[in-house]
Amino acid sequence: MTKTLRAGTGLALSLISGAALAEWKFDFPEPAADLTEQITHLHHMTSWIAFWIMVVILAVVGYSIFRFRKSVGYQADQEFHHSWWGRWSWVVVPVIVLGIDLSIAGQASKTFAQIESPIEPDLTLKVIGSQWKWTYEYVDHTVDGKPVRFTSTLLPKEEAEKQGEPWLRSVDKPVVLPVNKNIRILNTATDVLHNWWVPQVAPKKDAIPGYINETKAFIKREGVYRGQCAENCGRGHAFMPIVVKAVSEEAFNQWIEEQKQQLAAAAEAAAKTWSKEELLARGEEVYKKNCMACHQANGMGVPNVFPALKGSKVATGPVEGHIKVVLNGRTGSYGMMPPWRDILNDGEIAAVITYERNAWGNDTGDLVQPADVGAQR
Amino acid sequence: MSTTAVAEEHHGAPSGLKRWLFSTNHKDIGTMYLIFALVMMFTGGALAMLIRAELFMPGLQIMQPDIYNMILTDHALIMIFGAVMPAATGLANWMLPMMLGAPDMALPRLNNLSFWLLPAAAALLLTSMVLPFLPGGGAPVTTGWTLYPPLSVQSGMGMDFTIFAIHLLGASSILGSINIVVTILNMRAPGMTMMKMPMFAWCMLFTALLLIIVAPVLAGGVTMLLFDRHFGTSFFDAAGGGDPVLFQHLFWFFGHPEVYVMLLPAIGVLSMVIPTFSRKPLFGYKALVGGLIFLFSLSLIVWAHHQYTVGMSPLATEYFMIMTIVISIPVGLMILNFLMTMWRGAMTFETPMLYAISIVIMFSFAGVTGVMLAVVPADMEYHDTYFVVAHFHYALLPGALFGLFAGVFYWLPKWTGHMYDEKLGKIFFWWNIIGFNLTFFPQHFVGLAGMPRRIVDYSPQFAEINMLSSIGAFIFGTSHLLFLYIVIKCIRGGEKAGDMPWEGAKAGTTGLEWELPSPPPFHSYTTPPVVR
Repeated sequence: MTKTLRAGTGLALSLISGAALAEWKFDFPEPAADLTEQITHLHHMTSWIAFWIMVVILAVVGYSIFRFRKSVGYQADQEFHHSWWGRWSWVVVPVIVLGIDLSIAGQASKTFAQIESPIEPDLTLKVIGSQWKWTYEYVDHTVDGKPVRFTSTLLPKEEAEKQGEPWLRSVDKPVVLPVNKNIRILNTATDVLHNWWVPQVAPKKDAIPGYINETKAFIKREGVYRGQCAENCGRGHAFMPIVVKAVSEEAFNQWIEEQKQQLAAAAEAAAKTWSKEELLARGEEVYKKNCMACHQANGMGVPNVFPALKGSKVATGPVEGHIKVVLNGRTGSYGMMPPWRDILNDGEIAAVITYERNAWGNDTGDLVQPADVGAQR
Repeated sequence: MSTTAVAEEHHGAPSGLKRWLFSTNHKDIGTMYLIFALVMMFTGGALAMLIRAELFMPGLQIMQPDIYNMILTDHALIMIFGAVMPAATGLANWMLPMMLGAPDMALPRLNNLSFWLLPAAAALLLTSMVLPFLPGGGAPVTTGWTLYPPLSVQSGMGMDFTIFAIHLLGASSILGSINIVVTILNMRAPGMTMMKMPMFAWCMLFTALLLIIVAPVLAGGVTMLLFDRHFGTSFFDAAGGGDPVLFQHLFWFFGHPEVYVMLLPAIGVLSMVIPTFSRKPLFGYKALVGGLIFLFSLSLIVWAHHQYTVGMSPLATEYFMIMTIVISIPVGLMILNFLMTMWRGAMTFETPMLYAISIVIMFSFAGVTGVMLAVVPADMEYHDTYFVVAHFHYALLPGALFGLFAGVFYWLPKWTGHMYDEKLGKIFFWWNIIGFNLTFFPQHFVGLAGMPRRIVDYSPQFAEINMLSSIGAFIFGTSHLLFLYIVIKCIRGGEKAGDMPWEGAKAGTTGLEWELPSPPPFHSYTTPPVVR
């Protein structure tokens, strides 16, 4: 059936557009997981049905135009509605349509039941969408009770070009998942709706602030799979890509161990007292990754949309107030500053606040240490 | 059928500004509705051109992301509430009294009010687009026409203007709908039973009933949004015990029937045009009325198929899937009726008929992609991609706008007393249709390949199809200037049109509009005709 569909679609397309389009992608990217494979089959089945329904309709219209036109002298058959077809087609056609409907619905329900059936997960990945980045949490892999967790953002254009990665479909840190494992993916969001969508890996579910949605994947092939946010989340909606790196179990275990070590090292670093240079250097990194999208590289924000930090009351006023805003967020006339307490650790917040208070002519000279942030949590 | 209509002018049209400002005349108000819709169509169309210009190439060329999002939001709101719905009401205003043998609409002063609410609403909506450029105007509305919270809570003052615009537009359409329902139920000529009405009247009846049911729900939903924004409620904020998904349910309880509100007037026009140019009555009148009742009922209970990915219970999702797929039955019946009206007819191919035939094909195509989208697991891939954008533009341009074009060409000779320029009409049709298909057909594939909707910039892998689509859009957009020219030319003069300018109208339709002279007198039927 799929073959016929491909042949049919291919024929139609070559008629429309010629061979130049042959290299273009016209279908789902090759699925990499069990559910996406089934969905692709379902998609091919319904496309095939759609194709043949269109063939029938076009044939009837085409024949009518060709045959029943006044210019060839055809007289309208005013008795047509008294024929058998005229009297019964209104029953026959809906029954045929119902038959097609039920066979589609039957297939769809089977796949849907599999999508919704509970699994014993080998791995649970929590995905948190925020404007405009993804935070990943490997809830089964913890250090001192804290899960392995990191944030993944858009790879800047120059960087992407340097690395030969596709712009807008590459990130600074891909999420790594093992193949041939039952993976449960939990979706949520911190601010507005998002949708973690990697077409080859898993059927999408909305990420809704305050709610947790579940989807799952059993990835069959190693590889790099790309996607992006699929629910309008405002200004940066086009700029929050997703990269999934599917690797073997061994490679995954090795990777997760590295992450755990980094996490332990970061916890240690957060406990010590940092020098000004360390704070400023780290702060600039954190700022570029998390704050720059709104407040801009020069700290000027965007008039009427995002407030400036240069010379702002918060960034030049009392340190406690600054820490409070970064930790808890705030809502103002311009919209909303998100809370960062769950996304950044004490060290990162201390560094970025120090940076903001000393950059762009905000020469307050203040140094904020991780312990100061911890005290206000 | 015979009629004893005597068209007498007791008094002519009042002159000057008063004629329009205080008008209670169904033809004048209908004209104002149509002109308003045309202005809005060009406004919304200009926004669409900006969208396609931005998407012509990857990268940010002409606008910032939040301005892009605002433009696509207002493109949708203006086209739906400003262009398609007023145009349909305009056609109903012009045609219903003439078709049913009435002197005017049942509630003429209400008619005036429901029109004059529209310019006020349009002013609010346009203000919301200007605000972000003014100091203190706040962030633009970036949500898309669905206005989903929490994103809509983040927007600036423009969102409040949009909400009030929606209130006024809703009030206008409810009042207009009440007028249509009352006119159809009470103003029919003696002898014209419900089952003898022209199909256009049936379609407008269901359109109006749907609007009366669903428009208040949207008004309620956006009011709750307004309260969340300013008065500390948390209807849609999980942190305060609310639910962001609740808004989606309220919105789509309105939003899905709204699709049929836009579709049914076009189906009504097609039910007049196809029999006329096939020279044979509409096939299966009773079945089509039944199908409309079925469609009307189904449209009210399938709204959550726009939200398959929000995480509803599997049972509820399954229900919405099956009900949605079942919509193909009444829609299939409609297509059958149109095909079988053409079958063994004696067709000619004037501009309205060309539109009708192309609508049958292209709307069927929207129907089959609609069934594909109704399938939940597959929708978990299609959802929020360009596949959806392509699908609903196939549904709403052929299924609404092109139907209205067909209606305008069909009735222009009756309204103006002149034939439009048939040759230009045909050029417009081909220009329009080719541009349309070039714009939206390729978008199905870019959606399948993984391009989400509502993004200002895209990965280079989608570049070729987007460029093709943009070229199509410029062809499509400019074609409407020719439409404007044809309409103006027809109003100003042209070959004299007879009372029944279409040869096939006698065999094909039951409407009384052809019994009146072209152009018709200021008051349609001062004495009711008798229908046997």
